[in-house]
Amino acid sequence: MRFAIVIVLLVIGSLIFHFVSPWRQTPIASNWGEIDNALTITFWVCGIVFVALNLFLAYCVYKFRHRKGLKATYEPENMALEKQLTVWTAVGIVVMLAPGLLAWNKYITVPDDASIVEAVGQQWQWSFRFPGDDGVLGAVATENISADNPFGINPDDPWGIDDILVDGGELHLPIDQPVKIVLRSNDVLHNFYVPQFRAKMDLVPGTITYIWLIPTRTGTFEILCAEYCGVGHYVMRGYVVVDEVDEYESWLSDYPTYGQTIADAAIEIGAP
Amino acid sequence: MSYSTIAEDTRPLHHPKTWVGKYVWSQDHKVIALQYTITAVSVGLVALVLSGLMRLQLGFPGMIQFITPEAYYQFVTMHGMIMVIYLLTALLLGGFGNYMIPLMIGARDMVFPYVNMLSFWVYLLSVIVLMASFFVPGGPTGAGWTLYPPQAITAGTPGATWGIILMLASLAIFIVAFTMGGLNYVTTVLQARTRGMTLMRMPCTVWGIFVATILGLLAFPALLVAAVMMMLDRLIGTSFFMPSIISMGEPLAHSGGSPILFQHLFWFFGHPEVYIVALPAFGIVSDLISTHARKNIFGYRMMVWAIIIIGGLSFVVWAHHMYVSGMNPYFGFFFATSTLIIAVPTAIKVYNWILTLWRGDIHLRVPMLFAIGFIFTFIHGGLTGLFLGNVSVDVPLSDTYFVVGHFHMVMGVSPILVVFGAIYHWYPKITGRMWNKMLGQLHFWITFIGVYLIYLPMHYLGLLGVPRRYYEMGDTDFVPASAQWANEAITVAALTVGVAQLIFFYNLIHSYFKGPKADPNPWGATSLEWQTPQTPPVHGNWGPTLPTVYRWAYDYSVPGAAQDFIPQNVPPEDMAQDHETRGPAVVEE
Ligand code: HEM
Ligand SMILES: [Cu+2]
Ligand SMILES: [Cu+2]
Repeated sequence: MRFAIVIVLLVIGSLIFHFVSPWRQTPIASNWGEIDNALTITFWVCGIVFVALNLFLAYCVYKFRHRKGLKATYEPENMALEKQLTVWTAVGIVVMLAPGLLAWNKYITVPDDASIVEAVGQQWQWSFRFPGDDGVLGAVATENISADNPFGINPDDPWGIDDILVDGGELHLPIDQPVKIVLRSNDVLHNFYVPQFRAKMDLVPGTITYIWLIPTRTGTFEILCAEYCGVGHYVMRGYVVVDEVDEYESWLSDYPTYGQTIADAAIEIGAP
Repeated sequence: MSYSTIAEDTRPLHHPKTWVGKYVWSQDHKVIALQYTITAVSVGLVALVLSGLMRLQLGFPGMIQFITPEAYYQFVTMHGMIMVIYLLTALLLGGFGNYMIPLMIGARDMVFPYVNMLSFWVYLLSVIVLMASFFVPGGPTGAGWTLYPPQAITAGTPGATWGIILMLASLAIFIVAFTMGGLNYVTTVLQARTRGMTLMRMPCTVWGIFVATILGLLAFPALLVAAVMMMLDRLIGTSFFMPSIISMGEPLAHSGGSPILFQHLFWFFGHPEVYIVALPAFGIVSDLISTHARKNIFGYRMMVWAIIIIGGLSFVVWAHHMYVSGMNPYFGFFFATSTLIIAVPTAIKVYNWILTLWRGDIHLRVPMLFAIGFIFTFIHGGLTGLFLGNVSVDVPLSDTYFVVGHFHMVMGVSPILVVFGAIYHWYPKITGRMWNKMLGQLHFWITFIGVYLIYLPMHYLGLLGVPRRYYEMGDTDFVPASAQWANEAITVAALTVGVAQLIFFYNLIHSYFKGPKADPNPWGATSLEWQTPQTPPVHGNWGPTLPTVYRWAYDYSVPGAAQDFIPQNVPPEDMAQDHETRGPAVVEE
């Protein structure tokens, strides 16, 4: 009796908690509504199953509790019932999986008109590189990294000269324009995670990974590192600022191209 | 058949002559089981204390001076690794596997008693090596229990000098120990079953442990090679997992390796590992439910096939841990599909547990409380697994507290509840004494309600976006101040649950000396371990002749039988008679 009541209370408590808890998803700021939808469908299907199974469990615990003279039924199996349950479970699975896979297909397929920006992770900070006027990021290699060339751009690659370098951990993006964020790490694994964008992907040293999205709301959003990367993991923060297009352009024009930074370095060396 | 002559021969048992031979260098599977259990529980307590310290930091940041970020990450790592490998795997297979397999299948011992003994001592060595890492310069590794390179062996991670070496060494030693034990369990199940004990008459407990052991034998080698390769990267400068990188501003000498290769190897082991822990728990809980509901496990054949199918499928879902790892994104389609398919046999198990209760005669004794508690937590943990398995839904949740909540529910709390239930269930057979019922109930209620209070809110912190493995959240715009209350409440619940375990230990230890003498078969169970001539069973288990099995392990409440259970070794013609054991007498609800 007591146990059955506790189970029912736990179910009701979980439902109340679900609906009134102040801890829920942040308001979305990207096009990844599909992910939220797939999540909502999963919540509904799983929620219904959670409630139904546990209430039936509570019912059984109450109804068939031991009393004098009660005898259990002898029923080794019931194939018809098991088949039915299997089929309904499979249906529930398909209902959840289908939107999930469709959303994933979109998640990994970058539209042709997406602009490119690179996010670089290094224990424990973020920096960013835009491809400049040619729209192509210059080649990079870890071997090229030095104090003068923190991005490791290959100085002989013509595509790299006009790349715009942004360090300081703040990235601006224009609103409503698809962007492919290319991810690169100079040391260990990191993960580019902006809760409001929903998207997330690891940075893997030795390869390049990516995510893409369309920012749909102006504002400042925090970048958190979501892959453990050593003691500074929890302080590896950055910001994404989503701007109207002209603000974005004026922000970007404040940053030097790679070509300018080498020229500056040369002047510094050359100066008396 | 050959087994009758070999199995009936008691000479090769090497009856011990000295105290040391009986309790230290013992080759008796029951003593080895207890050695495994005591060692596993002891390290488990270390992991529990570490979790308390982590919770103190998360609930009350900065309150305890010595929990620096370095220490926090070392605690997370050691807590996770100890809980999964050195506690649960060792306890469920080395402990329960050793004790139960020979007794439940009617054997005198494991087929290789000497190797079995070695298995324990090598396991103990792996534990000592692991614990030694607390005392080396730099302390234990803080790489996270997943030990992902390059971070695991570079300077930004605590314990990258010595700790990681000891961790890898300890894992390798553990795997040697596991292999010795595992080959024994598999061979024993296949070769040493008594007359009449067909595979489809074995109790679910044996099935769960048997299939889990096979998974272990196939999965641990992947971890072993990963550990060896990482050790080589760390010690002699190979580059299996190390591309060319900068560490602390300096380029390292590695180049060309693949960090993702490690992740594939790790999870090729790591996912089956979840089932290495879960399947024995599934098996055991089936038997607890059936016994205490006085009803056969519903759909026994389905239950066995579900264990086998889950075991098989568990080898083709590993990359669901890697959806956002940067692996080829097209893998996502395959692994999401295979992962959700595995949900079907798993769901069937849940239905069948509940259907076993349905129209049963449920005795809510302490082991049954834990078993039903398990059904609740496992439903919860299983359902949240569907979120994380469903690739795109995983994207926002991956690496957040949702994951921490999920895996604790499904592979932390659920198996631990089964372990508690199982200990209460078999304690009278193992010690010959009965525990205190009041204390057992108190232990159950605090633990069961407590763990739900700990882990339910964590899912919602994760939904909000709080990442896992964060020493502290600091000021983060999207996290409302109320999240700190959640953390405080979780910490209070966690400490309460932690301290409440003292009730359990007090009950076990006190009852061992002062508890009332237990009936040989207090629950009226059918399986063979309850039918031994002595309680506790002595070396050799069965006296002069082995039992003969005439029926499956679930003849409860058979119409026309004299009692509501018929032990497996009762021949059909004796069905209508009372059996020696008195049935449920000592503890009754
Ligand atoms: C009262 C019991 C427990 C408490 C309070 C607890 C608490 C915690 C906490 C606070 C973390 C770190 C979360 C983070 O910073 O990301 C953690 C991680 C973990 N726990 Fe537990 N835990 C408990 C029991 C268990 C059990 C029984 C298992 C067995 C499976 C387990 C397995 C793990 C694992 C695998 C990790 C991940 C470690 C990592 O991120 O590298 N825990 N636990
Ligand atoms: Cu990080
Ligand atoms: Cu998995």
